[in-house]
Amino acid sequence: MFMKPMFRFVPDGTRIKFMKGRFAGLIVSAILSSASIGLFFYPGLNLGLDFKGGVVIQVNTPQKADFSALRGALAKAGLTDAALQSFGTGAAADHGVLISLESRQTAGQTQTAITEVETALASAAPGAKILSTQAIGASVSDQLFTQGLEALGLSFVMILAYIWFRFEWQFAVGAVATLILDTTKTIGFMVITRIPFDLVTIAAILTVIGYSTNDKVVVYDRMRENLRKFKTMPLRELIDLSINETLNRTLGTSGTVFLAALPLALFGGSALSGFAWIMLFGIVVGTSSSIFIAAPILLFLGEHRLRRSSAPPKAPADTKPAKS
Amino acid sequence: MLYFSRAKTYAIAGLCALGILFSLPNLAPRPNFWPGFLPWNQVHLGLDLRGGSYLLLQLDLGAVEKQDLANLVDSARQAMRKANLGYTGLHGDASHNQVTLHLLHNEDAAAAQAALGKLITFNQTTGGANLLVNVGSDGTVTLQVPHQAQVARESQAVDQSITIIQRRIDGSGVLNPQIARQGSDQIVVQLPGVSDPERIRALIGTTAHMTFQLVDTTAQPSGPPPVGDEVLPMQNDPNQSMVVNASVAVDGADLQNAQASTDPQSGNWVVNFTLNSVGAREFADVTTENVGKPFAIILDGKIISAPVIREPITGGSGQITGNYSAQQATDFALLLRAGALPAPLSIVEEQSVGPELGADAIKAGALSLGLGFVLVLVFMATFYGLFGWFANIALLMNLFIMLAVLSVMGATLTLPGMAGILLTLGMAVDANVLINERVREEVKNGRKPLAALEAGYSRAYGTIIDSNVTTLLAHVTLFIFGSPPVRGFAVTICVGIITTLFTATVLVRLITSRWYISRRPAALPV
Repeated sequence: MFMKPMFRFVPDGTRIKFMKGRFAGLIVSAILSSASIGLFFYPGLNLGLDFKGGVVIQVNTPQKADFSALRGALAKAGLTDAALQSFGTGAAADHGVLISLESRQTAGQTQTAITEVETALASAAPGAKILSTQAIGASVSDQLFTQGLEALGLSFVMILAYIWFRFEWQFAVGAVATLILDTTKTIGFMVITRIPFDLVTIAAILTVIGYSTNDKVVVYDRMRENLRKFKTMPLRELIDLSINETLNRTLGTSGTVFLAALPLALFGGSALSGFAWIMLFGIVVGTSSSIFIAAPILLFLGEHRLRRSSAPPKAPADTKPAKS
Repeated sequence: MLYFSRAKTYAIAGLCALGILFSLPNLAPRPNFWPGFLPWNQVHLGLDLRGGSYLLLQLDLGAVEKQDLANLVDSARQAMRKANLGYTGLHGDASHNQVTLHLLHNEDAAAAQAALGKLITFNQTTGGANLLVNVGSDGTVTLQVPHQAQVARESQAVDQSITIIQRRIDGSGVLNPQIARQGSDQIVVQLPGVSDPERIRALIGTTAHMTFQLVDTTAQPSGPPPVGDEVLPMQNDPNQSMVVNASVAVDGADLQNAQASTDPQSGNWVVNFTLNSVGAREFADVTTENVGKPFAIILDGKIISAPVIREPITGGSGQITGNYSAQQATDFALLLRAGALPAPLSIVEEQSVGPELGADAIKAGALSLGLGFVLVLVFMATFYGLFGWFANIALLMNLFIMLAVLSVMGATLTLPGMAGILLTLGMAVDANVLINERVREEVKNGRKPLAALEAGYSRAYGTIIDSNVTTLLAHVTLFIFGSPPVRGFAVTICVGIITTLFTATVLVRLITSRWYISRRPAALPV
């Protein structure tokens, strides 16, 4: 059983006419992306602490957490903006309390607020343990936000430049247009799931972009190879052929990363599960967009241009399609 | 494909052995026979995993500038007085960072230039003057601090703050603090093992500028203070205040030492201080001239106490009493010993994680890592059979080598970094998926086993390089722009991609070639 492969995604010689569905693919993608952009404006991303600023304190109470007593004590201390939430899974959820405060004007006020929360806790839930404290001032959150978006923008440009350098420009434009569509959908996904948008999720989005590019490179590489091999095959057939030939590869590479990220989404804990869900979503979107978006864009852009002068564009399809 | 020179084979095997060797420190305690010349480095756990505090401090450079300008105004006034020159309208202009004054008599221009010229000093850092003095033909004199000198001064203020914070934290007993500058006016403080930094916050958040000023008993704090006086609040009751002489009699900068102790008579905690020779002389002069008057001890603009001078204090030492607990007295003495910050520091970001939470995070991460690893192994085995197992061996090796590289680099493993390792595992086998698919295709195209392997490896390389470079680019950007935890993620991914290129291509190729030479199979198991 250890010698031979036991399973494959699609049988050899699969010839699905993907380009027939190019309009459907683009339209679905356009609708999803437009909806995501709409969601981005309303209700908008759930900004994480990194970008919003404020204070989040994780507390573990020895007895079952008494939310009304805690609320009362915090209100009495003048912290009217304090929001309480339970965290943890199962029995731990009874003891875990997440206290969040909005951003304060100055760093000094933030520090005072933290001390006030600690005092209020000591009176309302004696013996409560502070598991973690995070406080981010307004100036820092603005700075982090700018940095995050810069990183996102710059990596787009770098990927564009690399693909441009390695492939014809049509490929680069196709790849980046697809990546933008992928990213907008990821943002829509984050709005719906309320996964906080912070530095860690920006890292996830960047990883998804990098990974999605991998996928496109695999398909593009094959198209380029086939362009040389079948000099007269119509581009549409050639693209379909290339996608089919690389289908097991595309699904295989995505599958391994999907499997690696899955346990993280399920068991990784609150800090990483958001990250992992974005990865999972991004892998699915990125893989399908390689087939349904990146390839059709290339077909539209390259219909008459990707052929070298050596190949007469209107030559009849005299080569046998596909391989041996 | 098949040929590996002997040297190359040994080199590959050696690299793998090194990988295992240098990842050992993370897996087992140091054995006795471990030679001393070999490093025994572990991957550092980030504060989010082992518990600790990360504080980002911002120095109020505006306050430094303001203070410097006020000092310059003072110096200019003294210089003009000493030279007996008449002037008017002496003031500091914060927006242009300059001091201006008007000469009463235009003919004093040369004398003013000479008198104020004495204030010019040479700046070691910029290699230029610290001050430019310009006397205009209309009698307007400007003292301008050059931009470069100002930048150097600010940089120095940050360095000075770092030194003082270092002293304060060292004195508080926290082990292995890391203090570093970030940007032009920020300081990063990392305190491993400190999960509730309340005490550290107080130690850092206090400027600790102490002064001794005489109390003006003739004036009432309610009205506007007389010229040369200021109204300051009491530290223990902000609603009460006192009028004190604005000029500083003795400055805390002249403190030589401060220690907390208990007062033998009352049993209360007090802070004893000793002044250096300059301070001691000033203190003696003031206390001799003002016996019977209250003398205020002021910390950061708040009056701690104002004891009445009973007799001249000439020994240069004194005692500060208050309602201190042992901890408060110790910390106050520490603050005084460490010296005053050049400007107020504020904590603009804080991330503190308790050890329990960190342990939970490590557990969750390790569970996910283990499960993800197994899933990938099973996937590769079922989809690619024997060649899948070759890839799996390489994957395990990759884990060792990654750990070894991260250890030797002294990299910090953060929670996102663990996610990075997991993703790298998933991506590492991608190269093998590409190669195996290619080999399979070549076999279907009718190539003989050896030719198929040959073609599979050589043709898949281009794709592998292309796809890995794009991922690498994205994460290098992330490293440049990211915050520390996210950097941990970017580092693991970048290291992972590079080690992957070695294990997934070179190592697997070596294994495959060994297998092929020993078996000479008629058909490949694809």
